[in-house]
Amino acid sequence: MLNPFDNFHFDWLRRRRIFIGISIAIMIAGLVSAVGRELTPGGTDSFNMGVDFQGGTIVTAKFRSRPSDDDIRSALNEAGVGDPVIQSTNKPDEVLIKIPLLESETASEGTSEQDHTLQVQAGREEVKSALDKFGKAAEGDATLESAPDTAYKIIGTDSVGAVAGSQLRNQAVIATLLGLVGILVFIAFRYDWTYAAGAVIAVFHDVIMVLSFFSIFQWEVNLTVIAAILTIVGFSVNDSIVIFDRVRENVPMRRHDSLFDITNDSINQTLSRTVITAGLVILSVLALVIFGGEVLRSFSLALLVGLTLGCYSTIAIASPIAIWWQSKLGDSKIKDVLAPSTTKGEKLASSSRRSVTRRPVTR
Amino acid sequence: MNRTGLWIRTGVILAITLVGVYMVFGPRRMPTSADFTWEGIKTNLAENINLGLDLKGGSHLVMRVKLDDYLKTMTENNAQAAVSAIQDSTDPKFQVTNNTTVAENGNYSFNVTLADGTDLSAVAEAVKKKVDLQTWNESTSGSTISWTLGAAAQNVLKVDAVSQAKKIIESRINTYGVKEPTLQNQGSPTSGQILLQMPGVDDPERVKALIGAESNLALMKIVSAANPAPVTTYPSIDAAKASLGGTVPANRKILPYTDRDEQAAAGQTPDQKPPTKYVVVEYPAVVDGSELRNAEAVSRTGAQGDYQITFQFKPSGAQKFGDWTGKNINNYMAVVLNDEVKSAAFIKSQIFDSGEISGKFTKTTAEDLALTLKSGALPAKIVYQEERTVGPSLGADSIRSGVEASLGGLGLVIVFMLFYYRGSGVNAVVALVLNMLLTVAALVLIRSTLTLPGIAGLILGIGMAVDSNVLIFERIREELKAGFDIPTSIDLGFDRAFVTIIDTHITTIISSVILYMAGGAGPIRGFAVTLILGLLINLFTAVFVSRTIFNWELSLRPKMNRLSI
Repeated sequence: MLNPFDNFHFDWLRRRRIFIGISIAIMIAGLVSAVGRELTPGGTDSFNMGVDFQGGTIVTAKFRSRPSDDDIRSALNEAGVGDPVIQSTNKPDEVLIKIPLLESETASEGTSEQDHTLQVQAGREEVKSALDKFGKAAEGDATLESAPDTAYKIIGTDSVGAVAGSQLRNQAVIATLLGLVGILVFIAFRYDWTYAAGAVIAVFHDVIMVLSFFSIFQWEVNLTVIAAILTIVGFSVNDSIVIFDRVRENVPMRRHDSLFDITNDSINQTLSRTVITAGLVILSVLALVIFGGEVLRSFSLALLVGLTLGCYSTIAIASPIAIWWQSKLGDSKIKDVLAPSTTKGEKLASSSRRSVTRRPVTR
Repeated sequence: MNRTGLWIRTGVILAITLVGVYMVFGPRRMPTSADFTWEGIKTNLAENINLGLDLKGGSHLVMRVKLDDYLKTMTENNAQAAVSAIQDSTDPKFQVTNNTTVAENGNYSFNVTLADGTDLSAVAEAVKKKVDLQTWNESTSGSTISWTLGAAAQNVLKVDAVSQAKKIIESRINTYGVKEPTLQNQGSPTSGQILLQMPGVDDPERVKALIGAESNLALMKIVSAANPAPVTTYPSIDAAKASLGGTVPANRKILPYTDRDEQAAAGQTPDQKPPTKYVVVEYPAVVDGSELRNAEAVSRTGAQGDYQITFQFKPSGAQKFGDWTGKNINNYMAVVLNDEVKSAAFIKSQIFDSGEISGKFTKTTAEDLALTLKSGALPAKIVYQEERTVGPSLGADSIRSGVEASLGGLGLVIVFMLFYYRGSGVNAVVALVLNMLLTVAALVLIRSTLTLPGIAGLILGIGMAVDSNVLIFERIREELKAGFDIPTSIDLGFDRAFVTIIDTHITTIISSVILYMAGGAGPIRGFAVTLILGLLINLFTAVFVSRTIFNWELSLRPKMNRLSI
């Protein structure tokens, strides 16, 4: 039997201040990055929004022999397409051409909708007329193989108007928030409000941290990032519940121990599971980051950061918050019951009938 | 557990597995021997799994009907029609001194002020006889009558306009020959948004042009001296206005007119238009596009740029047209398309049911125009908000990378589970593979569409399945370490882990259901569906199936003193 986690004891909660400090430091860095970028005139935006949310066009083209990025850029500039971003995919002959909406156009509402619409309609044609410099396009059912005189083929387009972009963004945010409310209510019903709060704050922590990374490193935020964030939320809550469940189970069996110790032990008891599950999932995601290519880059990066944090936040954020709140409910006169010096006798944290987890919180 | 119970459980598992295998790999008809070959299985698999556009290629278009424009035009037309209805009367009381129209920011109303305010109800009656104002609120003050469109009535009209637009778009793409398109409202029905998905179309330019094409056909009487005098035209709008005494009354319109014969005589291509002239026509039209029964592109000479469009009327339109042409022999009639006079001809004799739009059309333009005429006019302009196209090769790449990522992840997990949990790892592997098979089978069963975010949901489902196995095995190890014997440890391990598994699964299912409901038709939905299915199935595979395997092990080796875990 292979088990490296036997008799593993680590006082997680005692180091909560260090953990929370690290988290707050990263969040502040993210906030500084987001606000700083927003306030810097002429600088980059808080987030590097992809065309899904900001509007714009991505054209994926496949070339018989791929011109250099600079050649493509100058061809696009000649055709009047300003500020294109040229990216390679994981295929040598394919190229992604991204044309963001211009700043001035997104600024005003109303009449400019027509402009965005035109951009949605023109995007593909503009790029096509620019690429015609390199040779003929294979159109319709023709492929590069079937038509030997062609030089390239447009194999995909994503064109989103600014209005649709903001709709997609709002829809994703609202759906995620409603989902969190559902989680909050269910955990409160099955465990306790304090635990629900701990789990949901941990989820917010993870999402904010992921967004901080995206702002600091200016990774592109697109629709796949939303899917990644949904996955992160799922795993983070999952991790929290596994620990809470163990606490709930341990409490009746250890009547004379403090909740502080019980939680610490519960974290250690489930640590092998936490490490194995998280390790396996993170390993698969790492493979995705390395081999997934440019198209999945944002998705895999968000997953990698978020899943790692989700595992950490359960221990470092969700559990301390749940316990801290219980201590507040217990005796308002004790300012910091979690401080190791204040060892007191049993104090019922709450008289709630449902709560089996509300126990004296000491240390 | 006794053997009979075990056999029953095994029977259930085998039966479900067989159904799953058949759902995924079997044909939806009587199987033949061909279905058992590698090729046959591949064909069936491709037929059973309904791939989304992002995986099989196609166009995804989100468009918006400009409903504000629709209501604005309707308000303006009604205002104009009301004024001309009043002016048509010979009663001296019916004299319009002023009329105003409001059509912006959700307010739609028009009012008419009369010289004599003593008999407003008679005036209102006269107007309502000619103009349909049923849903409009009528009010009077002084010598002014106002008609206002309330918010509820606006919404009714908006919903109607969107469904009308959908019908028209549908008939246009059907005639064009798009296979299995899906057309549905996106967001609230009053937002005017329509989602159109066209599998297999990776260059939607022509379809888009066809959908958005305007085709407002109207036959109107030209204000002109009768034949044999040539049709009266004006070199500019101002000249035309001057002929009407400086202002354009409600029952007249000035429209641009390009003479086809002059164009032909000058030998110009259709691109270089000769100077535009203007004609004055009577408003409203004699008949309009809604009376059309059929339209066709025809070429008399067969030359590429020499197509006309002939059209036939419905019986009601034919009657109207016949009556009118009978009374107006030798007068000039304009064929107006999208507010432009395409041809002006004098009426030789009474015509009932057919007409022609002449102009130097190319074959494609003529065909597309005939098509749009046949399907009727869109209620308002359409703008595109979102366009996504995926070529078949890009879609195939996405499938390949999605499947590779899933299988790669699964392979990694399998190797680790066998290494870390030894014999019991086999249970986990069986449970995982069965989970994947049954999730796909369930997707087939509910005819859901597999998209790229759906594959992400599938991968998360596998992750949660691994987690369930790890939870159970770790728990069994703990119980063994605590000194329980093997059967008790397995029992306790499953029972205790089950509570955790239920809680984690229900939490994720609740949030996924909310995501599904709030996520709209977009990618979030595909993610939620596969995740929910994967989790439900995992409760069966990770708990029931895995437990049955353990029980077989115990039953076959009752004296086992070491569990391989």
